[in-house]
Amino acid sequence: MKLILDIAFTHVLARVRQTLVGMMGVAMGVGFSVMMASLMEGSQRDFVAQLVDSLPHITISDERRSPPRQPAEDVYAAVEITGLRTPVIRPGIRNPFALMASLETWLHGAVAPSVQSRAVIRYAGRDTAANVIGVDPRREALVSKLPSQIRKGTLESLYKSSNAIILGDKLAEKIGARVGNTISLASGTGQVLSCTVVGLFHSGLSQADESQSYTLIKTAQILAGQTGLVNAIRIRVGDILGAREVATRIEAQTGYKSVSWQEANEDLLSAFQIRNFIMYTVVGAILLVASFGTYNIISTITHEKTRDIAILKSLGFTERTVRRIFLVEAMLIGMAGTAAGWLLGFVLCLMLGTIEFKSPFMDATRLPLYYTPVHYALAGCVAMTASAIAGYLPARKAAGVHPVEIIRGAS
Amino acid sequence: MRDPVQATKGALIELHSVTKTIGDGVLTTLVRDIDLVVNSGEFVAITGPSGSGKSSLLYLLGLLDVPTSGTIVIRGQDATRLSEKERAYLRLSLLGFVFQFHFLLPEFSALANVMLPMRALGRLDDAQMRKRAHGLLDSLGLAEHAAKLPGQMSGGQRQRVAIARALANDPLVILADEPTGNLDTKSSEQVLSIFRQLVAETGRSIVTVTHDLALAARMDRQIHIVDGRIVPAD
Repeated sequence: MKLILDIAFTHVLARVRQTLVGMMGVAMGVGFSVMMASLMEGSQRDFVAQLVDSLPHITISDERRSPPRQPAEDVYAAVEITGLRTPVIRPGIRNPFALMASLETWLHGAVAPSVQSRAVIRYAGRDTAANVIGVDPRREALVSKLPSQIRKGTLESLYKSSNAIILGDKLAEKIGARVGNTISLASGTGQVLSCTVVGLFHSGLSQADESQSYTLIKTAQILAGQTGLVNAIRIRVGDILGAREVATRIEAQTGYKSVSWQEANEDLLSAFQIRNFIMYTVVGAILLVASFGTYNIISTITHEKTRDIAILKSLGFTERTVRRIFLVEAMLIGMAGTAAGWLLGFVLCLMLGTIEFKSPFMDATRLPLYYTPVHYALAGCVAMTASAIAGYLPARKAAGVHPVEIIRGAS
Repeated sequence: MRDPVQATKGALIELHSVTKTIGDGVLTTLVRDIDLVVNSGEFVAITGPSGSGKSSLLYLLGLLDVPTSGTIVIRGQDATRLSEKERAYLRLSLLGFVFQFHFLLPEFSALANVMLPMRALGRLDDAQMRKRAHGLLDSLGLAEHAAKLPGQMSGGQRQRVAIARALANDPLVILADEPTGNLDTKSSEQVLSIFRQLVAETGRSIVTVTHDLALAARMDRQIHIVDGRIVPAD
């Protein structure tokens, strides 16, 4: 084996330029693959992280997957019942605090209730429609980024006065209200409340900033006329990927529709699978092209070395040994190329990482890149396999050289 | 190393009615129905005009080629029935080749070239191989050229390195194809005297193909080939 390596090394080193070209082919293939993979997975992970960060992992809502059975259906074994007036079931999750307490006995994570209602906000003669969301400030901090989005005051300011409200900064701007002003809220059920503005928030999402406001649960319940009911319970779990199972369990336990972040973003996640498929196809194509370079070089070397092969075989080298020599040469080029490619890929990633994107709609961001040995190992494996195949074909041809024909031709 | 003379008295290579034809449609017969025995300690010349099949005969003797019909027996073993790998092993351990063109590997030094067959055989360790290769080069007057590449040596020197390589694994038979064909008179004489010395001192057999009848006349036995057949010498 040492002899094989020795001859292979000598051949490869004797053709520095060709070897370098072949190496560079493989290196570029590996380098760009690593960069592509890093970029694709980076952006995907960045997206998921933002998704998971900004939204609750599981939302239990007051909807049900199937409508509740009518009492008459339970009493009579009828095929169809017509002309019944269905009882009004007030929307909302009943007895939310007992429900939350029971969830907290087995759930690893944080749970927070919220009440959704709509109202017209009026101040100084100007009015606008807004969503009024009732939250529990202490619990809210555990499930959403709201506390960090508050620009004036704090979420705890909601406790400061009896009817306190925090407005989106653009909403406040629209009606001209400032912190300390008293505004009036009129709901669809006819309730009118006077509230004191105790804070402003800025989420970066203009739709939310223009139309949302937060109050205590109690205030929102009064406004919506649904004392004791909440509309949603949001959950953050420790194990993000297990959210789907937890949601299923909650739904089975409570009967309320419980949606995990995966279910809510099913379409996005399946788009990612297609994206990944495209990425690996492109990466594979790059490496395939690179391996053609290796094939070319090993072919050239074997062609140039036909006479040496004949000599080796006449000396008593077996076909197997000759085949191995050229296979090893291809692997050497592949290995050197892979190593150089890893370096190239890493440097490319670092360089891409310094590019800054400025956009009028967002804060300046850098390309999200994901560094993992898996990409390097994967590109390396594919490159080495491609090199082995690219080397094997010419190597097999070299091993088949008939020494007599070559010797006869040379002398 | 073993003593080849003691180990094998008598016939080393026997050819029994060996015929070699090549070509698919139009068949060309290179050698026809040859019976030949190479004994130990013989210095044999194969002569004949160009295209008479003398080189083909040498390649058959050296197991580089397989006959179309007939058998080649080496030390009592039928070589025509062996696999490619087994024949390669016989070449490596029992036979040494010297060609008209030196056929050294251009990227390897003289010493490395001589060591190649030893390394392929793997009977000696590195230090022993190095010592033996140096010894062989010394005996052929190439001591100071051991580290040179073939390109840095003269034709005669290269041919002597090729002889040293042929001797690397202490073969029973050396097969030479026009070994002096590319050399000037002085180098030719040198090669010839080396061969004669080998036969006299170590009891090896040497089979040389040559078209030079004067050269052939100086060897122990002459085999004359015309159109692939052995004909009695005039």
